[in-house]
Amino acid sequence: MKSKVFPLILILIFFIIFVIFFKGLKNSNIYTPKTNLEIKVPSFELKSFENNNIISEKIFKDDEYYLMNIWASWCIPCREEHEFLMELKKNQKIKLIGFNYKDNFKNAKSFLKDLGNPYDIIVLDEDGTSSIDWGAYGVPESFLIYQNNIIKRFIGPINNDDLLEIQKIIK
Amino acid sequence: MKFVHIFIIASILLSSNFLKADDVRTENKIAKNLRCLICQGQSVYDSDSEFATSLKLVIKNKIQQGMSEEQIYSFLKIKYGEWILYEPEFNKNTYFLWLLPILMFIVGGAIIFKLFIIKKN
Repeated sequence: MKSKVFPLILILIFFIIFVIFFKGLKNSNIYTPKTNLEIKVPSFELKSFENNNIISEKIFKDDEYYLMNIWASWCIPCREEHEFLMELKKNQKIKLIGFNYKDNFKNAKSFLKDLGNPYDIIVLDEDGTSSIDWGAYGVPESFLIYQNNIIKRFIGPINNDDLLEIQKIIK
Repeated sequence: MKFVHIFIIASILLSSNFLKADDVRTENKIAKNLRCLICQGQSVYDSDSEFATSLKLVIKNKIQQGMSEEQIYSFLKIKYGEWILYEPEFNKNTYFLWLLPILMFIVGGAIIFKLFIIKKN
């Protein structure tokens, strides 16, 4: 009796382990944070493209929508999303803030010259430390801001669906 | 004699590096305990990604500002969530994870006790 139960238990254990791992295969292994969290806009003081000091409190007004877009000229997906940002620029209800991440100033300028400048203000995050305050992962990344709160967060390049979603929110 | 003076002054100047070394040690310790969120399976310390290099710089700045290790962890937890810490906290989602080894230890001990010690008697 005992010799029959033991292999059965062993098979059962292996089966359970198999099921757990098999199910685990389908899990996404890319971690995305909870994007529905409302977070206050972190304050910062950074240099702008025109070499002025810019304080975050002066940029973000309560009654307007802002899209803060982290970008860099060396980032390939940023080129892809650029046309959607240019499209969004046509909308008067939203202001675009460019957050130039660890970039070479010359390259950034020619990037905007080639593809157009959708941003109302551009600030420079030269060493990437300010982006950590935003809880950002890298480039490209965008934050939709209203009343000094981050209401939506887009990790990765903005696509057409995201654009439609933004336009729907700010309507 | 002059030589001795120079030697003493130089050694005093160089000894101030010990403080710096302490900072670097904490810096590395913190970076090793953080998960690099965009490069799976690596710690921030191990990674050379843009995200990790920025984060290391932030840690360095925070230490220089006089923040403690715990304060830096909680700062990053607010920004990135608990996932960034390698060591999970003890809460309702993780109590099983924390208690399982202790449980196994007790059960294992009980089995050994039953098999070897009671049998002997």
